[in-house]
Amino acid sequence: MKNIKYKNLRFVFLLSLSMAVFYSCERDFSDDVEFATFSTTADVFTDSPVGLGSNFYFPFLNSKATAFRVDNEVGFESEASIRIDVPNANDPEGSFAGAIFRIDGAGRDLSGYDALTFYAKASRGIVIGEIGFGQDFEENKFQVTRNGVTLSTDWVKYVIPIPDPSKLVEERGMLWFSAGTDATAGFGYTFWMDEVKFERLGNIAQPRPAILNGADIAQEGFLGIPITIQGLTQTFNIGSGENITLTAKPGYFDFESTNVDVARANELGEVSVVGTGEATITASLANVAAAGSLALNVTRAFDFAPTPPQRDPSDVISIFSDAYTNVGVDYFNGFFIPDGQTTQGGAPPLDLNGDRVINYTQLNFVGIGFFTDVAPVNATAMETLHLDIKVNEAIAPGDFIRLQLLNSVGNNETSGEYTINGDALTTDGWVSFDIPLSDFVGLTDRSQLGLLFFITDSTISDIFVDNIYFYR
Amino acid sequence: MKNFIKNNIEKRMTLPALVMVLLLAVCGCETDEDQTVATLTNLVLSEEFDSDGAPNPAVWGYDIGRGPNGDGWGNQELQYYTDRSDNVEVQNGVLLITARQESFEGASYTSARLLTKDLFEQKFGRFEARIRLPYGQGIWPAFWMLGADIDENPWPAAGEIDIMEYRGQQPTVLVGSVHGPGYSGGDAISKEFILENDRFDTGFHIFGIEWGPDYVNFYVDDFLYNRITPEDVTGPWVFDKPFFILMNLAVGGSFVGAPNAETEFPQTMLVDYVRVYN
Repeated sequence: MKNIKYKNLRFVFLLSLSMAVFYSCERDFSDDVEFATFSTTADVFTDSPVGLGSNFYFPFLNSKATAFRVDNEVGFESEASIRIDVPNANDPEGSFAGAIFRIDGAGRDLSGYDALTFYAKASRGIVIGEIGFGQDFEENKFQVTRNGVTLSTDWVKYVIPIPDPSKLVEERGMLWFSAGTDATAGFGYTFWMDEVKFERLGNIAQPRPAILNGADIAQEGFLGIPITIQGLTQTFNIGSGENITLTAKPGYFDFESTNVDVARANELGEVSVVGTGEATITASLANVAAAGSLALNVTRAFDFAPTPPQRDPSDVISIFSDAYTNVGVDYFNGFFIPDGQTTQGGAPPLDLNGDRVINYTQLNFVGIGFFTDVAPVNATAMETLHLDIKVNEAIAPGDFIRLQLLNSVGNNETSGEYTINGDALTTDGWVSFDIPLSDFVGLTDRSQLGLLFFITDSTISDIFVDNIYFYR
Repeated sequence: MKNFIKNNIEKRMTLPALVMVLLLAVCGCETDEDQTVATLTNLVLSEEFDSDGAPNPAVWGYDIGRGPNGDGWGNQELQYYTDRSDNVEVQNGVLLITARQESFEGASYTSARLLTKDLFEQKFGRFEARIRLPYGQGIWPAFWMLGADIDENPWPAAGEIDIMEYRGQQPTVLVGSVHGPGYSGGDAISKEFILENDRFDTGFHIFGIEWGPDYVNFYVDDFLYNRITPEDVTGPWVFDKPFFILMNLAVGGSFVGAPNAETEFPQTMLVDYVRVYN
């Protein structure tokens, strides 16, 4: 009896306790809902890495993996810092220094801060290519880059503002950098970073976001051909009065379309072209309208050039085609402006969802070069030049496109020309040409071909070109 | 008092510093360390800018052009001052003084300078304005006063009290000064105040002085950051006669240098109110 009574008492006690606990839990929950939050730790590196876990350092591909170490002799008002030894360009272990510092574990809630700050100096005055945060080698969704950070030989504090802190509720990418030797003739140097931390400075202001580097671009869009919005930046005026422009990932921006039945942009800044008509893509960052816009006029699907036939690779030397392996090319537009060239386009060719096409506009003449930094083309064994041309304008009597091939450019140079008359071309239609190389009168040697010119003397000014190759 | 303010309070005090001060106060140190920002409470001028359009013509006049000698008001300033609504207008309870980049009467910029000369002047008192400042290299707003006898007694003898000057390229730094005979221009008696964890172009701040027979106290918001007395000036004390008020937004000039490609235009100085007490 006694035993049972005791058990009952205990049961009653536990029940009332659990009711009390339950009751108070309920009150807490209904009065003040608290969401799970992540660490708000600000420090990234003080005298050692802070809260990054053991496996936090991930070097970039082809960088020197051992470029980073903790220097226990040098520091800003301390005796430890992040030391980066940027290798010589010819270092067999890697030609540059670049890495991310990623938390080995859950991310941090950085929404209460407005900037990453650090002190840095270098063994010589130097411009570090890129320093930032938000790169995690996963989505890199909120990656931020401050380009061209000038370091001196004494400690200076640097500020990398957060484009929109409210986005960073669970961020693992605490710091990243990439530094090379382009400005030092390939010779390495050392830089140090210390007191790396997120701060709420309170004086990061005057946000001026931009897409397309602030340009208002109007262009033709083609059904089914997506366009990626580039040139995404956020500019702040920081407490020192300095304007700092950051490269920011699309994840910070909200994109909008004036007509989602024509074009719509997703959170990656990719614009899908879904219907005919006109649409303008704009964006905002933290409710501030971004400078720049993309106005698309969509009337049709893109008319691609005919796909070339399959050929034995040894029978083809391709300059520009998605059907064959291309040889190296210096440029698709030499911009011989001192010689009177007006031609735009080709630098680079259009990339229509992976299908590349050259569009020359304001064409009077233009050269495709393949002899400066690449080997010239030995087409001695080849018999025919193929190319596809579409003229995007009305063709008048007397219009022409003259092709010119140059051999051994600038050194016992020889050349030959072939003229396509306007009546062989079609407005808004692709025409394929297979021109015997023997028709290029004067081209006595084709063992070191280096330039292909398109010359119209402005009779035809807007063309697409594709599938330029020699074959036999 | 003077030494304490000049030497010890350079910036807005941090919390630990404040605790220290309180501790010291509790420990019975000099009562001088109590800061009383404003003691004069009898409101005699209250320009609240509550009516849209031009500011009250009974109080505010304008300086027009590039100065009497065409030299940018003696400072190589680059703007042409107008009284057009493009440059000066009351909207939604705020006076907007706007600097624009535009070709106008041979200048590359336009802006405005308002003054109460011959309309309102006062000897001694508390003068304050609540202002949100613009920003950018070469932007130079000011809220200031000149001796009302300036026509008979040319500058610097007339005296000048700069309640607020600011360089757009230093958005956290306020400058307060007095100019007089023997201490004008670059030799003015001047002090900077640095706003910590904030800046002057993102919100409104109160810029004021309290001026008595032998002192001018300078304050921002609720913080007294300087006191200038006859002992501080390297010439005669000329702040014992009526002064009038000026507000302007200059572009370029010797104090700030020219704007550069990064300076955004237009830039606007927003004035919520101007109040004078005695």
